[in-house]
Amino acid sequence: MNAMVSDKITTPDPIPAPEELLSVQGLKKSFGTKQVLQDVSFHVPHGGIVAILGRSGTGKSVLLRCIVGLLPYDEGQILFRGKNVDTPPFRAPLLKACSYVFQHNALFDSSTVLENMLIPLRARGELSESAQFQKAKDLLGRMELEDASNRFPAELSGGMQKRLAVARALVTDPEVVLFDEPTAGLDPIRRNAVFEMIVKLQRESRFTALVVTHDVQEALIVSSRIVWLDAGCVAFSGTPSAFEAQEDPKFSLFRDNLQALKQSLR
Amino acid sequence: MWFINALSKAGSLSCFSVLALFHIRSGGTLPARLIRTTYELGIRCLPVISIVALFSGLVLGLQGHYVLARFGASGMLGTLVSLSLCRELAPVLAAVMMAGQAGTALAAELGIQRSTEQIDALELMGISAEGYLVGPRLLVACFVFPVLTALFTIVGITGGWLSGCVLLNQDGHSYWSAVRLAIHSKDINECLTKALAFGLLTVALCAFQGFNAHLHGEAGARSVSVATVRGVVLSSIAILVADYLITALLV
Repeated sequence: MNAMVSDKITTPDPIPAPEELLSVQGLKKSFGTKQVLQDVSFHVPHGGIVAILGRSGTGKSVLLRCIVGLLPYDEGQILFRGKNVDTPPFRAPLLKACSYVFQHNALFDSSTVLENMLIPLRARGELSESAQFQKAKDLLGRMELEDASNRFPAELSGGMQKRLAVARALVTDPEVVLFDEPTAGLDPIRRNAVFEMIVKLQRESRFTALVVTHDVQEALIVSSRIVWLDAGCVAFSGTPSAFEAQEDPKFSLFRDNLQALKQSLR
Repeated sequence: MWFINALSKAGSLSCFSVLALFHIRSGGTLPARLIRTTYELGIRCLPVISIVALFSGLVLGLQGHYVLARFGASGMLGTLVSLSLCRELAPVLAAVMMAGQAGTALAAELGIQRSTEQIDALELMGISAEGYLVGPRLLVACFVFPVLTALFTIVGITGGWLSGCVLLNQDGHSYWSAVRLAIHSKDINECLTKALAFGLLTVALCAFQGFNAHLHGEAGARSVSVATVRGVVLSSIAILVADYLITALLV
């Protein structure tokens, strides 16, 4: 039923197939009797920022965790550059090409800021020790964290921790960066700063960003594509302008939430 | 059913430990991780091991003095203290104390790293979390537990001398002679074998519980406390069970 509704209102994908970097097809995931993802299909084109939107509890973060293999899914398939990356041995190319920014940052709290940056570089082992240090310090400088190199994550402010989490994700020059609720719990000024940082870094480094967020207005401004999850299905997939043109109250209520609040209080 | 469940858990624990040792180099910086782990498992446990060993020896000397006096065998105090410490008390008590100090810290640290997604982050970076976090601890346990058990034995025997000879006026020379004559290489072998086995069991069990804190049906801080309690209780039971089995095999 949901799949039928989803088919009816989904905007056709305007990106031609060869440019697809990541493709999610018919993904299903349940926890016990609760089906969180019912039939999720969408494509992520190369470059740009794709925002995954939806109400709380619609499975946005679960979807992101399924894509990178942190959660096993029940059915469906995930394609990276047209190749199936469902099982661990075949997932390696995706994991090598992607980085993940966790909702609560997942910084290594017993390591310093600089060590947090060096851990992914050492895991790759592609650079010499001195080149790893240089690269980590350069990126910390770009993120205005160079003075905090020898401090521990717990000694940083919330904004600095978020910047460090993003810096750590970018230090390996990933092709795809997955952001799980990067602005959760931040005030509007910091929220804007985080989105600004994502756009700026995306333009500089040309990675593809997949951002799970609740911030509809900001997502409409910064993203090149919107994927809307509703009741475990993709209810919309298309450009921000096509999303803004949607009349369906399920979108408009969420999109224009301030007007909806004003109206309900009148 | 419970037997199959226990067997399955034992299998998972074995696979976890083998994976941890196999991928110990994953993520690099192995020497630094080994040094840090040696400090956490070894140096930080030194005070508690020394205090428990000293008082175990003191009590053993005191009890031994009066019990042996009943049979007119006060001269056997050195033999009693040294053999009971070397063959039984030192490996068991040292391992239980280390499970209490280092085991809880290990289970809690890994449990927090699991609940704050640090373990997920490591795995997404292509680092084996078992190898990076648990591998060095298992390796270090192989030499830290025997060393601390040896220290426990020495301090405990000295404690026996303090209570028996210094406080209760037994002959010190005959005490140390009895100690030297009582302990054979077989006894030292049994002591170190037990220490090695208990060390591996304690670290593997506590690490396994902390690492899989999210699988106990709890979340957040509660999952960490459940993992810590399970780690210490299970490793304490495992130490006693293994003690019986090793004693039965080596005696």
